Amino acid sequence: MRTWLYKADTQLSPYLYISPFFLLFAVFGLFPLGYTAWVSLHDWSLLADEHAFVGLGNYAELLADPYFWNALRNTLSILALSTIPQLILALILAHLVNRPLRARTLWRLGLLLPNVTSVVAVVVIFSQLFGRDFGLINWLLESFGLGRIDWQAGVASSHVAIAAMITWRWTGYNALIFLAAMQAVPKELYESATLDGATAGQQLRKITIPSIRPTIIFVVIVSTIYGLQVFAEPQLFAGGGPNGIIGGPDRQFQTLTLYMYEHGFNRGFEFGYASATAWVMFGLIVLAAAVNYLITRRIRSSR
Amino acid sequence: MTRRLVYLTLTGVLMLTAFPLYFSVVVASQDNSALSHVPPPVLPGANLFENIKRVFDTVPFDQALLNSLIVSGINTASVVLFSTLAGFAFAKLKFKGRTALLLAVVGTMMVPMQLGIIPLFMLITKLEWHDTLLAVTVPALVNAFGVFFMTQYLSEALPTELLEAGRIDGAATHRLFWHVVLPVARPAAAVLGMLTFLNVWNDYLWPLVVLASPENQTVQVALSQLRAGYVQDYSLALTGTMLATLPLLIVFGLLGKQLIGGIMQGAIKG
Repeated sequence: MRTWLYKADTQLSPYLYISPFFLLFAVFGLFPLGYTAWVSLHDWSLLADEHAFVGLGNYAELLADPYFWNALRNTLSILALSTIPQLILALILAHLVNRPLRARTLWRLGLLLPNVTSVVAVVVIFSQLFGRDFGLINWLLESFGLGRIDWQAGVASSHVAIAAMITWRWTGYNALIFLAAMQAVPKELYESATLDGATAGQQLRKITIPSIRPTIIFVVIVSTIYGLQVFAEPQLFAGGGPNGIIGGPDRQFQTLTLYMYEHGFNRGFEFGYASATAWVMFGLIVLAAAVNYLITRRIRSSR
Repeated sequence: MTRRLVYLTLTGVLMLTAFPLYFSVVVASQDNSALSHVPPPVLPGANLFENIKRVFDTVPFDQALLNSLIVSGINTASVVLFSTLAGFAFAKLKFKGRTALLLAVVGTMMVPMQLGIIPLFMLITKLEWHDTLLAVTVPALVNAFGVFFMTQYLSEALPTELLEAGRIDGAATHRLFWHVVLPVARPAAAVLGMLTFLNVWNDYLWPLVVLASPENQTVQVALSQLRAGYVQDYSLALTGTMLATLPLLIVFGLLGKQLIGGIMQGAIKG
């Protein structure tokens, strides 16, 4: 009896312990994601009882909609404007902090501080800073003799403002991830490089970056996945409400997630159409991850 | 680069990261007419309590804070418990399919869950959880990151001999978990708990979609309502922001150092 119990315990317990994750993930993660594909093939709205099968009809409609292409362009533009400066800054900051410093914890806390702030809070604060009439940034521009900018109104200016929010929130966090990887690089490499007269910039390019390449790939991919799904920043930058859903009155900063939200939860709950958008985004994310991976690999092999 | 220049740069960065938060306090303590002055105010004013009162009058902010506290509290406890259980199994127990299942966990970490939001909404509606806190709590009871994080930690920090000694004494697996694994897991559990609390507290899209009535909303959704409206009431919106961020900043001040350690540790292995 005892040995039977013992056997049952050692053989079943592991499965029991991992089952909460797999059950929840199956029900609330995997099933919704997979079912999105099925829904996307139907004319499926919340209000109708019948869901007619339309094959790829939703996809055809999507690809014919200029607003979809607009949202795609906006998403890619905001992605590039936020990810590239963010990662370069994070690398430089991590390199700066990766040395014996006084008040070490203070600098690291400073790096993480923006990430503790919620996305909503960040957008509310930055919307004030980027305000047209009474924003601090316009006041600064004016006192330097430059003109005011109506940040929300323009395509480029609104993208810059949104990218600034993302960059502010994530640069320090990514710097800490890079820093962790940098600390695993053998110190002797830097010592001998210093003896050979290499500058800090040269050390960053020739030693640090090649050594932490896997971490760079990881951060680039994670940032890209985040950037392709940006939602709260554009929605609340426009002040929420109807303008928020379309990303500004001229859709000048509507992103793909906003476009999906607009169709899925505002215009008659077009679940089929919104699901098609979700699957196109899924494809884009897989593609972007693959491209990022290849590019980051090329950078290494070309040196 | 000279040392002085390094410190100067870092001080500049620190000011850039802290300034927007400081400025939100400035705006939150002014009345709206003061914000249109040239130059804009850079020091806190005397209107903070008046603005706080207005926040609570405009949206049910106390209810929203309570809702967020409930959701974040439950999810923090459950993520830590379930992740530690699964992490223990993956790190130290032998079972068929362990490697494949652990790979599956890692693989799901990068899956963009946000894209499943429409069927998730349909499912939650079917379960009649729409517009209840269950809708935001249950799907987030455990996640792949937590499982992976605890697996990494326990496979190094938990001595196998300690478990074997317990086995020889005849302890069942669940007793080992409570008496051996949990005490060892405590430092990592604290970090995971904080990360989870932050993430759940700050979550926005899903609560926005699924929580319709004002008395069921979480603090981020309530905050977004303060931002909405045709006339922009900045001191109101930023007072709400300050109130919603303050609890996190307190936690951050107390435990920020451990949090940084945890993030960096997770990064090396991840």
